[in-house]
Amino acid sequence: MQWLNILIQGSLLGGIYALFAIGLSMSFGIMRLVNIAHGDFIVLSGYVALVVTQATGLDPFSSLAIVVPVMFALGYVLQRGLLNQTLSGGLLPPLLVTFGISIIIQNGLLQGFGAYDHRLQEGAIETASLHLPGGIDVGVYPLLVFAVAVFAIASLQFLFYRTGVGRAFRAVSDDANTAELMGIDNRKLYALALGIAMIFTAIAGVLFGIRTIFDPAAGPIRLILAFEAVIIGGLGSMWGTLIGGMVLGIAQSVGAALDPTWQILAGHLAFLAILILRPNGLFPRTRD
Amino acid sequence: MADHVAGDVAGQSAADSAPVHVERATKASRIFAVLAAVVLAALISLPWWGDIGWMRLIAEMAYYVALAQLWNLLAGYAGLVSVGQQAYVGLGGYMLFYLTGVWNVNVYLALLLAGPFAGLMSIPVSFAVFRLRGAYFAIGTWVVSEVFSLFASLILVLGAGSGLSLTVPILQEISPDRDVRGTMLYLMTLTMSLFVFAIVYLLLRSRHGLALTAIRDSEPASASLGVNTFRTKFIIYVATAACTGLIGGLIFLQKLRISPEAGFSINDWTVVVIFMVVIGGIGTLEGPFIGMLVYIALREFLADYGTYYLILLGLLAIAIMLKAPMGIWGWVIHRYDLQLFPVGRRLKLESADDASKR
Amino acid sequence: MTLLRTHNLSAFYGDFQALFGIDVAVEQDETVAIIGANGAGKTTLLRAIAGALATAPETVLLDGEPIGHKTPHEIVRLGIAMVPEGRRLFSSLSVEENLLLGTHSNRAGPWNLRRVYELFPRLHELRRLPATSLSGGQQQMAAVGRALMSNPRLLLCDELSLGLAPIVIRDIYQCLGAITAEGTTVVLVEQDINRALDASTRFYCLQEGRLALSAPTKNFDRAALTAAYFGM
Repeated sequence: MQWLNILIQGSLLGGIYALFAIGLSMSFGIMRLVNIAHGDFIVLSGYVALVVTQATGLDPFSSLAIVVPVMFALGYVLQRGLLNQTLSGGLLPPLLVTFGISIIIQNGLLQGFGAYDHRLQEGAIETASLHLPGGIDVGVYPLLVFAVAVFAIASLQFLFYRTGVGRAFRAVSDDANTAELMGIDNRKLYALALGIAMIFTAIAGVLFGIRTIFDPAAGPIRLILAFEAVIIGGLGSMWGTLIGGMVLGIAQSVGAALDPTWQILAGHLAFLAILILRPNGLFPRTRD
Repeated sequence: MADHVAGDVAGQSAADSAPVHVERATKASRIFAVLAAVVLAALISLPWWGDIGWMRLIAEMAYYVALAQLWNLLAGYAGLVSVGQQAYVGLGGYMLFYLTGVWNVNVYLALLLAGPFAGLMSIPVSFAVFRLRGAYFAIGTWVVSEVFSLFASLILVLGAGSGLSLTVPILQEISPDRDVRGTMLYLMTLTMSLFVFAIVYLLLRSRHGLALTAIRDSEPASASLGVNTFRTKFIIYVATAACTGLIGGLIFLQKLRISPEAGFSINDWTVVVIFMVVIGGIGTLEGPFIGMLVYIALREFLADYGTYYLILLGLLAIAIMLKAPMGIWGWVIHRYDLQLFPVGRRLKLESADDASKR
Repeated sequence: MTLLRTHNLSAFYGDFQALFGIDVAVEQDETVAIIGANGAGKTTLLRAIAGALATAPETVLLDGEPIGHKTPHEIVRLGIAMVPEGRRLFSSLSVEENLLLGTHSNRAGPWNLRRVYELFPRLHELRRLPATSLSGGQQQMAAVGRALMSNPRLLLCDELSLGLAPIVIRDIYQCLGAITAEGTTVVLVEQDINRALDASTRFYCLQEGRLALSAPTKNFDRAALTAAYFGM
């Protein structure tokens, strides 16, 4: 029963990792952009929510009404004004430029907010829990986060496979040059893609900031967790990313059950093991 | 140095009859060699005329240049864009503290062992990360470094989360006198930096250098021409890790304390190093020097304004990547056709330059 | 009236010059063939017209307006569509999704899904399949259909016959008649000279990036074509 509990808690933990990963997976899938600043955008979303909640008295969930459009706009503008210029020059330019953005965000937050920890307060829901038979307690909040992750991925699947924009995203991902010859404005589409990716990044940032403290330097580890979920799941597969997040969460829970200090390490080790055994992840789709 | 070859260059109509020769040194590089010798002499003699503050700063510049040269070798020549080199800085540092503190190994011997140890550790690491391509290789190396950092924070004999300090007896092995010790550390760092530079330089002038450039330009093509890309990359990766470990040992010998965060810091040991290389000029031997000078200058001039210098560094790196991707030195080469450390072989038409410009 | 005109058009791949001062003109409602040996610059010419290669504004004119500087998606919106060499269907899209992609340019006109399926009934049966699971001929039909979905005034076809069986080629070329009947002007690039000449009213022959010959397809001098084609 203890292991069932670990499995459940780990799977739920995977929900937030899947949310971390969606934006990264999207920008890689559509424009082959590996966004090193992704984790910092998650943290930045938390800070935007912090400012909004303090300035308006809104609770963190409601603040999403402001945080999401702000991050969408930031994503759109960054891709249009900056990142589009990096996409034709090989591996280094996008990597370097997003590295630069990462450092700018981290140090900008450090200068603006100091190195202190922050948290978003959502009240009773944070600690509420459901009692399942067999003495297993499931937190309402992790359950909610998991549900949001599932809903987010389902809506992205809908976007990709049931709408014209999604069709264009997939076409551009297959062959950007031909898509342009068919009348698609790749640069605009890429900007839209990063904008949409940022919507999920914003949700991830706020949900994560409610349960966990964050500081200006909290971004890189989120990037790594997101990256691990994407690779474990297999590039280009959104449901795979959810599974990847769950595998990561379960590995961490198992590690934490053995010794609390082993939590993060166990996740990394599971990632490296999968990398060696199945280099293309569990459900590969996109060819690099 | 210049091998003279007279003859035709096939396929170049302008050169059909003009004699050409292959040259490896240029006039500028000879003038520069003299200048470099003067600067080097000044640096070596610094302990006898400069103060400890200068020695510290220049030692820092020396290890940053070495780190930048190594990253440039990895990314700029071998196409291995690693963002996990801090793994080997930390390993080298921890190895030094562990061997001296726990096993009472002589500090010089421990330092010499730190490099090979990091190189050894990089072999199993390469098995995992070499499965990843491009940007995913980059983040994979970062994960490995995180794993090392987390292990270090779990292992009690390594001081767990709080790390280790060097004890006074260990330092006294270098010299009981504080000033002499400072001088020794300074000279050791300078020597190490020159050693690393010499390795990178000789490697690039060797046949491996050509193989590396070929791999970077087109891996499939060079593989089909018989360049063993995996072996060449593997050798470079391991050699770079070993040198980085040695530098790590020296860095923390001067810092006197190591912790998982400090030892495996991506920002300190990789990010700023990458920015140096990019700003200075990736794929050139001169670039890392220039980039390091830019970094140190920004940091020293903006020392009173918190971490704004890092923001500025990030902005500068972005601007250069977009507007002048070959970096400051790449721009200079393009503009003035200069090369201070000749690694390539240049075909030169002996007829006047304008013949080729016509 | 002249629909498309190139004037002293040159194009480069990096330092390599692929086209040298090409002047061609395509009149409304005609079908023009561009022929030439491998590497003569045929595909480059189409790519330059479609905006996939950077050219000076005034070197490509549509209705007398300069379009040389425009991007490919802008040019599709102006009514020039391309059937690229090798079909280039999107592998993760179904046949129907590939066709629908042609509608992103938002141009009104005679062509829609129903009309394309009437033209290529086989595609209707296969519409749900991944595009890359089709045979070469079916893929070529899908590629033509995708271009038609943007309702082009000018259709650029690059090597329609490449890698296809003669009977399949015949089918596809028969459909060209239905396309031109809707008032679409066609430019064909072909290595199969006879096929191209049969289907067109005029031809241009390129040789090593230069225009070597231009003539109507009826009553031209075969010897002159041979000379222009092979550079003799």
